[in-house]
Amino acid sequence: MIKLLTNLDRRWIFLAMALCVAVPILVIGLTGKTIPETPTPLAEAFFNEIDTAGESKGRRGHVLLAFDYDPASAGELSPMAISLVHQCAQRGLRMYFMSLWPVGPQMIDESISKVIDRHYPELVYGEDYVNLGFKAGNEQVIKVMGIDLTTEFRTDTKGTPLQQIPMMKGMTSLEDFDLIAEISAGYPGTKEWVLYSATQYNIPMVSGMTGVQAPLMYPYYPGQLKGLLGAIKGAAEYESIVNVWVREQKFAEALVAGGMDEAKAQEVAAKLMDKPAQVSTWTESAEAADLDPKTKAELITIATAPIPGEFLEGQRRMGPQLFAHLLMVLLIILGNVVFFAQRRQGGRS
Amino acid sequence: MQVLTRSIPLLITGLAGLVMILSAFFPYTSDWGKIAGNFFNIIAAFAFVLGGGNLLKIHLKKVSDQSEGWGYSGVILVCFITTLVVGLGKLGAYPNPDFPNVRLSGETQSSGGFWWAYEYVFKPLTATMFSMLAFYVASAAFRAFRAKNFEAILLLGTAFIILLGRTFAGVLVTGFISPDGPLGGLRLEELSVYVMQVFNTAGNRAIMIGISLGIASTSLKILLGIDRSFLGSGD
Repeated sequence: MIKLLTNLDRRWIFLAMALCVAVPILVIGLTGKTIPETPTPLAEAFFNEIDTAGESKGRRGHVLLAFDYDPASAGELSPMAISLVHQCAQRGLRMYFMSLWPVGPQMIDESISKVIDRHYPELVYGEDYVNLGFKAGNEQVIKVMGIDLTTEFRTDTKGTPLQQIPMMKGMTSLEDFDLIAEISAGYPGTKEWVLYSATQYNIPMVSGMTGVQAPLMYPYYPGQLKGLLGAIKGAAEYESIVNVWVREQKFAEALVAGGMDEAKAQEVAAKLMDKPAQVSTWTESAEAADLDPKTKAELITIATAPIPGEFLEGQRRMGPQLFAHLLMVLLIILGNVVFFAQRRQGGRS
Repeated sequence: MQVLTRSIPLLITGLAGLVMILSAFFPYTSDWGKIAGNFFNIIAAFAFVLGGGNLLKIHLKKVSDQSEGWGYSGVILVCFITTLVVGLGKLGAYPNPDFPNVRLSGETQSSGGFWWAYEYVFKPLTATMFSMLAFYVASAAFRAFRAKNFEAILLLGTAFIILLGRTFAGVLVTGFISPDGPLGGLRLEELSVYVMQVFNTAGNRAIMIGISLGIASTSLKILLGIDRSFLGSGD
């Protein structure tokens, strides 16, 4: 056995890794089941910071969404970018997209198309969200944006002058944003935004990043970074929080539309979220007696409707990650078994 | 010639550095920082052209000399020129609806050859390159991750905590420990957060402080003209 392991062709390891990744992808794809996630305080802090953006100024939050990544790390970062846009859109925040990476605009387009175009078509370009596109110059772009935004960006990606975009009125520098939400795959990325904007102008900032980058950014949490999502695990945790919250919001919206006052609707929505499978039973209870049949039907639809696939990507990817990590642990153990066996044999000889 | 190759670049560097430092500390001088920043951004945009020119020069030379691996250089040149022509010429892109008769009025991000090359060539290729890391890391884990000494055992233990704690396996393995009980912190998912927030943060902060002091000292040397290696003269 030891001899077999000693001479193990690395192609067997490659095959095992391929199976560990491919089989969960296929099983999750076919069954639609995902692995449950327990959010950590970091993901909760990320969510809460976006949830309260703009509240201190008593206005609709103005969030700068910097997507500094490319297709190489999109597998890891796209799910958190999509959930981020999902939360901002549902919360009704003003979204200002930009990128310091040349292929960042494609990442922005992907998120806009998957979230806003498909699920929030009522949002108006220029009033609810704007795409400022890519700007060359790395951290220097951030520095100039801190002094004068319009010097750095004269038009959006469509070539429309910023003066003609309604949501750009009054936006003169980084200090006019309530929050910076950065998705980063390296340089320029989280570190540069922390150094040249969050710290210098005291702007709240949250960031999602690759697993390689995350350990280096932990020192900035919770001072300069108010929330941090590390790799696909962070994305899956945040995604699960956002999905639960969005469903709760939809319950509340349906109840308010059905005539319930807002405070009571929030309370009932939270109760319904605890046991979504029992919403149908609840609609027949005395508490729901005042609701009209249309509202009741809508509540049941919200409770039973499957979550769209694009909002489950992070949780789906935790399946392959689980088996790949288990394989890694197994390989490390086997490698050490071989090592100690060889050392013992060497000692005997 | 020393004036052009050494004195003027040194003066520009010193002045630009001084302006950036002043603008960070004195609000009155923030506009100076903006001007220096604008210059930098213009130069950064030129760097793209320079980078393209440099790429052409290196690979054309390799093909012309037929040096080792010149075929790969040929592939790079073909891909580079094709993408450049398709992108700049906006081949296949739909014109802007406001100007239907102006072919070059369209955008290349959602239609045309440039979009196609990005979506079906660049995107899958870069994602594939990144995905291959998983295979190499697995192979390296089997061959190189050995408990040779005490430090290596510590590293291995930490690796197990993070590998298991960052997945549902952590919940399965230590799920029997009550999260609210006195031993709740020993659950693998809690331990992985603890390792990252305490040990990792402490180590990284120390490294960052060291690096920052190093950067400050090197920057001062460059601004004062003591370190001239950036001029490429070998001084």
